[in-house]
Amino acid sequence: MRKYSVFALAREAMRGHTGWQEQWSSPEPRQEYDIIIIGAGGHGLATAYYLAKEHGLTNIAVLEKGWLGGGNTGRNTTIIRSNYLYDESAGLYDHALKLWDGLSQDINYNVMYSARGVMMLSHNVHDVQVAKRHVHANRLNGVDNEWLTPEQAKAFCPPLNISAAARYPVVGAALQRRGGTARHDAVAWGYARAASDRGVHIIQNCEVTNIRRANDGRVSGVETSHGFIGAKKIGVVAAGHSSVVMQMADVRMPLESYPLQALVSEPVKPIFPCVVMSNTVHAYISQSDKGELVIGAGTDQYISYSQTGGLHILTHTLEAICEMFPIFTRMRMLRSWGGIVDVTPDRSPILSKTPVPGLYVNCGWGTGGFKATPGSGHAFAHTIARDEPHPVNAPFTLERFRGGRLIDEAAAAAVAH
Amino acid sequence: MLLIHCPYCEEERPEIEFANAGEAHIARPSDMDGLSDQAFEEFFFIRSNPKGLHYERWRHIHGCARFFNALRDTVTDRFVATYKTGEPKPDIAAEGKDQ
Repeated sequence: MRKYSVFALAREAMRGHTGWQEQWSSPEPRQEYDIIIIGAGGHGLATAYYLAKEHGLTNIAVLEKGWLGGGNTGRNTTIIRSNYLYDESAGLYDHALKLWDGLSQDINYNVMYSARGVMMLSHNVHDVQVAKRHVHANRLNGVDNEWLTPEQAKAFCPPLNISAAARYPVVGAALQRRGGTARHDAVAWGYARAASDRGVHIIQNCEVTNIRRANDGRVSGVETSHGFIGAKKIGVVAAGHSSVVMQMADVRMPLESYPLQALVSEPVKPIFPCVVMSNTVHAYISQSDKGELVIGAGTDQYISYSQTGGLHILTHTLEAICEMFPIFTRMRMLRSWGGIVDVTPDRSPILSKTPVPGLYVNCGWGTGGFKATPGSGHAFAHTIARDEPHPVNAPFTLERFRGGRLIDEAAAAAVAH
Repeated sequence: MLLIHCPYCEEERPEIEFANAGEAHIARPSDMDGLSDQAFEEFFFIRSNPKGLHYERWRHIHGCARFFNALRDTVTDRFVATYKTGEPKPDIAAEGKDQ
């Protein structure tokens, strides 16, 4: 792999950009791999990368039924934060946040991680109590989070309407300064390039149709649209389709898949300097480096695999955005889309071994998995390579729903469900 | 937005009149105290979450307020049938032949 640098850019500028290589290779699948990862989204590709980098395992294939990063990795609102209430969640998400810092250097790919701050608004007494509890719990866990008055919130985010006459007046805000955004496509492409460079095979347009098991119950490989491919270990990182894939190995999951929508406005000049979320009015908003306002909506109420959602869900979110930011009422929306998110009963993810030997699952990220991409891949790679969880993901087992030790965040996207 | 046929009102009404109430035909065990952890997990947490036909409960909360069941395709979001609580499941195989 040719390293990206300012010198490479200068060299290519001199010779008409004819020397750029393909970012990752697209080999024919081998007959067998040590490890197969099902799903080439951010989490799956990060898993493959850390398996190669941290554990020296390179006989790995990442199988993707569509194109790389075309699922929820390419559909989310790119928000990064780690201000979760419970110790287990703070540990997992802050593990990821620490990896975001330095990720571009690590994989030699500009993922445009921007720690521009995530501000969560409070509109009433209950919000204030919950937010302050989060601030204190986060600080005890070493996660930065601070309380702002409405005036401080306005200073941090000038478009904010803090008028007491607003329908949902802002009475304070919790700010995580290390939170922010990153370029979602670059995360998938960067991990793919770095993993491919270390010998990982990335095979797109290769749908897994069955998981085959040997007589002793262990996994032996997968049947795909490219034929059978053997594997000693299989990691399922299939987001909204996790329960469909796990069913192939006769494992029934505590998951339900819902459409989650987002939309962007026409691009405008820089106006919105941070990420703002509100649980109560159910809206979150940031501005991309292209200039579009990126707005996240809620899930539909019914399970679906359609990758579309109801228009009334978007309307509801835009009403909330207009209440909070009256200056945006006349902006035009450019496009909207839906992704399918897999939601667990306690709204915390599952990164775990399974009852099937050799089968591992990383799922249940629900409405907020993008932020965890590096930490998820790092911890899941450890789980697969060592056949035991990393301390960071040890509480996030599949068995917790049987034993009752839930991690009841109940709000992965920090908005009320 | 979905259009949903309420089998009690016998009318097709917009989705915002209805509340989805999860997977249908999951019977609450009569002896909850005696339930094993595995049986409780199965009842309380495990869901079929199919990519395809799904039996689910809806409540016409802003209409007659009654619960009913539906058979819906989760890929197309098309309703195959809605039917009153207590009525037997529509036969998926038979419905498939009609299409």
